[in-house]
Amino acid sequence: MINLVIDNKKIQAEGGSTILQAAQNNGIKIPTLCYHEELTASGSCRLCSVEITKGKRTKIVTSCIYQVEEGLIVNTQSERVMNVRRLVLQLLMARCPESEVIQEIAEKVDVKPQTRFQLDEDKGKCILCRQCVKVCEEVVGVSAIGFSYRGADKVVGPPFMEPSQTCIGCGACAYVCPTGHIIMEDLGDERIIWGKHFKMAKCKVCGKLLAPEDQLKYISKTTGVPLDNLTTCVDCR
Amino acid sequence: MNSLLAKMRAKGIKSLAPSKTKIMVGMATCGIASGAELVYNALADEIKKQKLDIILSKTGCIGMCYREPLVDVIEPTHPRLTYSKVSPKDVTAILNQIGEGKKKDKKPYCRIDEENLIINEEKMSYLTSTLPDDMKVIPLMSEIDFYKKQVKIATRNCGFIDPGNIDEYIARGGYFSLQKILFGIEPEKVIDEVEGSGLRGRGGGGFPTGFKWRSCRNAPGEVKYVICNGDEGDPGAYMDRSIMEGDPHSVIEGMIIGAYAIGAQEGYIYVRDEYPLAVRALTEAVSQAREGGFLGKDIFNSGFSFDIKISKGSGAFVCGESTALMASLEGKAGEPRAKYVHTVEHGLWDQPSNLNNVETWANVPVIMSRGKDWFSQIGSKKSTGTKVFSLVGNVKNVGLIEIPMGTTLKEIVYDIGGGIPKGKKLKAVQTGGPSGGCIPEGLIDLPVGFDELTKAGSMMGSGGMIIMDENICMVDVARYFEEFLQGESCGKCVPCREGVRRMREILEDICNGKGRDGDIELLEDMSQAIIDGSLCALGSSAPNPVLSTIRYFRDEYNAHILEKRCPAGVCQELAHAE
Repeated sequence: MINLVIDNKKIQAEGGSTILQAAQNNGIKIPTLCYHEELTASGSCRLCSVEITKGKRTKIVTSCIYQVEEGLIVNTQSERVMNVRRLVLQLLMARCPESEVIQEIAEKVDVKPQTRFQLDEDKGKCILCRQCVKVCEEVVGVSAIGFSYRGADKVVGPPFMEPSQTCIGCGACAYVCPTGHIIMEDLGDERIIWGKHFKMAKCKVCGKLLAPEDQLKYISKTTGVPLDNLTTCVDCR
Repeated sequence: MNSLLAKMRAKGIKSLAPSKTKIMVGMATCGIASGAELVYNALADEIKKQKLDIILSKTGCIGMCYREPLVDVIEPTHPRLTYSKVSPKDVTAILNQIGEGKKKDKKPYCRIDEENLIINEEKMSYLTSTLPDDMKVIPLMSEIDFYKKQVKIATRNCGFIDPGNIDEYIARGGYFSLQKILFGIEPEKVIDEVEGSGLRGRGGGGFPTGFKWRSCRNAPGEVKYVICNGDEGDPGAYMDRSIMEGDPHSVIEGMIIGAYAIGAQEGYIYVRDEYPLAVRALTEAVSQAREGGFLGKDIFNSGFSFDIKISKGSGAFVCGESTALMASLEGKAGEPRAKYVHTVEHGLWDQPSNLNNVETWANVPVIMSRGKDWFSQIGSKKSTGTKVFSLVGNVKNVGLIEIPMGTTLKEIVYDIGGGIPKGKKLKAVQTGGPSGGCIPEGLIDLPVGFDELTKAGSMMGSGGMIIMDENICMVDVARYFEEFLQGESCGKCVPCREGVRRMREILEDICNGKGRDGDIELLEDMSQAIIDGSLCALGSSAPNPVLSTIRYFRDEYNAHILEKRCPAGVCQELAHAE
């Protein structure tokens, strides 16, 4: 076990764990946005920034990536930390003025919008947290969506923004999206996501809508379970 | 001496100082941009037409970009004569005055009688007879102001050899350092030498090279990589391009030595595709090195094997950042990752990887030849050796210079650069590329060094140096660089992606007369948060242009914001008819 101090509290954490995990396990709250425990942390939103002191040196690191070290002193609320957190939230509020999620987080940590920033009108609610791209790659395993362009022009979507050939319509991206930017529509036996239309499979016993046919085919292919077995819903099995 | 190396050296010497007249044209990108290709073609045509027995060859950038196109004439036993600002119509006159006793009507800009090669102190004499009287008035290159204070280590061969001819590189001491270490110096000792030399990363960070090599050598792992960062992307900077174009083997030899020291088997040169000439020169050089047995299996029968692949980047400034560069090498999007785990331990394909910049690699063969004590006495205590700068902007002598660290900005601007054109006043020296800073005229006595420049609010960067006169608006300069950085931010982390563009918007407002009271303080606050919060060095250094201009030119900001006035008269929206 590794001994460290977070916000004046002596803590023991497992080697290889991150500052964020150590803090969460000990009831210390650090705000996060792009972090999801099932996904590799990318450290892109910087909301979970904390200040660490090692010997004489002090610096700001992202707690979702930085691993605990023996004797580390962590401050999750220092002035420098709050300055970073405030700017990140103000920048995101200007980018996604319609996102209630961002506003709620900002309110919780008492950050007001920066009126000097012009509000964006073309970014929707996407804060480029990368969770959708990561879940598609790491959990689903199809990598149907990714990034195009760079900087503020960066957008998430399928290649060339055309209906993706590899997307199985599972909706995991919409599920993990923290701001509700990704829209998935279920219209009867049809599902629409990222501009692609999917036919929903029905339970062959009760006729209840199950999942997109493409998704069942994909599960069958990757798990070896015959497709026939997958088209019966849990209740009818 | 390896017999092949000796043979190639003999061939190279013949090629460098042939028994008949040789003409070289400076054909680096800077030369071509000022018309060298037309001059070269005119020379080729005329030589053919007159059936002259003259060797025509190409060479790299010797640094005097302000005098290009450059043509060097080497007649046997005579000094090497450099003609400058040559146009195709001068070609006949230059050819006509070649030969014993011919009058030199077209005046050469300078001459070289002999050189002391920096790598091995060997003397290379062009002049082996008595100096003809009419040549005495032509100044020696080493004595013209532009060169007087220069010491050329990394650019030692640029403008002297045909980069496509490996023999010429060898004739000027090339690949002898490699031979020396492969047969007699243990890898650890090679690292000791580099460490003792004090060499620090020339890409901008200034990280001690020897320390990096040792960390990579000591990192556990069977497969290790050495990488050359040739993704130079600062506007107006072309140090690395010139080395890759003019002397590719110096980089390759440096990398082989580094690979031997670290224990790497494979190397990559990451070069941007917007440098077609550099790509071509490197590709040709790698295949020649392979042919000569300097690369590949069992180099010189030493048992050490190493090879280099060239990878072309497609023009993202952020790919100069080491982790983004490695991601790009792996075929992924060029996005950096947090460096809490160092690339010397987990780099390319998660293996220990050592990345150095072009200029750093080019220094290595000389350090191994002359030794750490020789190298460390050049420059200043904490910044040893030399640094290549591309001196551009409002300065008379625009060009590529290599100076000992510790040379002052004043010496660079006035002695080497010849001062500010049109009698104007110097306002600032911008160093460190787009994320560097502006150093005001008042600090002109500042010696150039990693720590000195950082302390002054700028940075060494890779070596761009833009001289700005009194007609430059510093708010506009900050706006320009933030615009560049906004476009080059990869977009991964919020402070850089969103913060830099908001700073740019505020600066734009200030330039357009829409600045508000409090903007300066807001920019300062944002800068600190962006420095602290950004994921990589692109973001954390992006506020430098803003902070350094506020620090030294706050009055100019205030004039824009409070008086709606642009003192330099640059910002159009603030121009008033008086």
